[in-house]
Amino acid sequence: MKFIELKNVNKTYSTGVTALADLSVEIDKGEFVFVIGHTASGKSTFIKMLYREEKPTSGSVIVGGINVAKLRNGRVYKLRRKIGVVFQDFKLLPKLTVYENVAFALECLGVSSKEIRPKVMKAIEIVGLKEKVRSFPHQLSGGEQQRVCIARAIVNEPKLLICDEPTGNLDPDTSKEIMKVIDNINKDLKTTVIMATHDKEIVNRMKKRVLLIEHGILTGDYLKGSYKSHESA
Amino acid sequence: MKALRIVGRSFRDAFKSVFRNFSLSMASILCATITLLVVAVSLIIAGNVEDVTKNLEKELTIVVYLEKNATEEDASFIQSSIKNMKDVASVTYKSKEEWKNEMSEYDPTYSDIFDSYSENPLLDSLVVSVKDVNSLESVTSEIRKLDKIDSAGYGKDAVTTIISVFDFVEKVTIVIVIALIFVTAFLITNTIKLTIYSRRNEIEIMRLVGSSNTAIKLPFVIEGFVIGILGSIIPIILTIYGYIIAYEKLNGYIYVELIKLIAPFNFVFYIALIIMVMGALIGMFGSLLAVRKYLKI
Repeated sequence: MKFIELKNVNKTYSTGVTALADLSVEIDKGEFVFVIGHTASGKSTFIKMLYREEKPTSGSVIVGGINVAKLRNGRVYKLRRKIGVVFQDFKLLPKLTVYENVAFALECLGVSSKEIRPKVMKAIEIVGLKEKVRSFPHQLSGGEQQRVCIARAIVNEPKLLICDEPTGNLDPDTSKEIMKVIDNINKDLKTTVIMATHDKEIVNRMKKRVLLIEHGILTGDYLKGSYKSHESA
Repeated sequence: MKALRIVGRSFRDAFKSVFRNFSLSMASILCATITLLVVAVSLIIAGNVEDVTKNLEKELTIVVYLEKNATEEDASFIQSSIKNMKDVASVTYKSKEEWKNEMSEYDPTYSDIFDSYSENPLLDSLVVSVKDVNSLESVTSEIRKLDKIDSAGYGKDAVTTIISVFDFVEKVTIVIVIALIFVTAFLITNTIKLTIYSRRNEIEIMRLVGSSNTAIKLPFVIEGFVIGILGSIIPIILTIYGYIIAYEKLNGYIYVELIKLIAPFNFVFYIALIIMVMGALIGMFGSLLAVRKYLKI
């Protein structure tokens, strides 16, 4: 069985808007996948379905052996513990330091402080923020804040890292650095990465698998794809 | 261990939150304080009323006067037939001579009056006490049906009026207390709602990293609990000291020695315990309402 398996997934919101139509896709363990498409194309819905922020109207969504479509509300946390999520707006807690923000993710799960420390330091080291552990978010640049967010997402060693436009608020140079960090996580930790983005340059340069979603339909799946491949098509 | 750490964290968060939004928490705490004060006063009144009523009931007796021509045999027959009635606790015979002596002792004027008669003008009697104050009336009317009875009655008016007034007071306080409890719970709900709102980012992150629903909700429920407990401190102190002082000032009774107050120990401690438990329950009830309504997981 593949790590992620979507079969004939449909999603219609209560407003009558169809976000996804008959979408099927498989993703292997350790893959790095871009999801691209215009605003309101359904790519956000697709991403949200993976961590059960949304439920499919029909079809099955299987992530790491868990059928997300049939997951009861009270069990969602079991899925979320296997997934790290990074957002465009970093969602850091302003009153906590970098260290505390990353540690927060483990504290919520009741991990003992003895175990928390090495895990947090390792995650912060991976994203290259060792010098800033005691800083508060407002003392950091946008790129640094996003690194904290990534560190928090990977601190629990998830099998899957979901990034929803992580570079949307960053300048091109900073975006490049962030992509390097995410790429390293994918290569070194063998974490599966699924990333929704608008950033053509990143997609074109990285030569990863690209899923193109248009009007809720999966219209392209390119193994070493780029933005060009669908624009020329 | 894990669950313990989550509970510990929840307590820490709850206290932090109470002091971070202090003005807001203060409003809820004050409201809880007022409610619990009223509850404490009503409990003290209710406890005393119940105690007094019980004592009054004990003293409530039916006095049965026998006809002048009733013989001793008649008296003992009537005594045994009353004793066989249901709801009757005891029947004692009291002769007219006993009455005369008792009354003369109580006030010398009576003895002057008695002296003006050639023979004792009083009647022999039976004093009947009942098991339940509510059966006074039925027992009395049953006794009246017996032969050789001059009259039968009990201190109806005074005592029953006192008891019915107490009853009314009790009912009114119950209504006020229930209303206040709802107001307090509502205020606490509002406080917790704002806490939930101010911590929505934290909640979102907790959800994303996979906190269980219980772990997310627990801090808020504990916050309500803490507000309730903090709100019960002043009422508890006032109850304990206030009642002890009032008891000493009044020498343990109100107006007449018949209306005795309950001794302060351990009465005040029971009241304090009830107040604290109620505070905690109202707080948790209020925050549970907020969590159910505003915390979408």
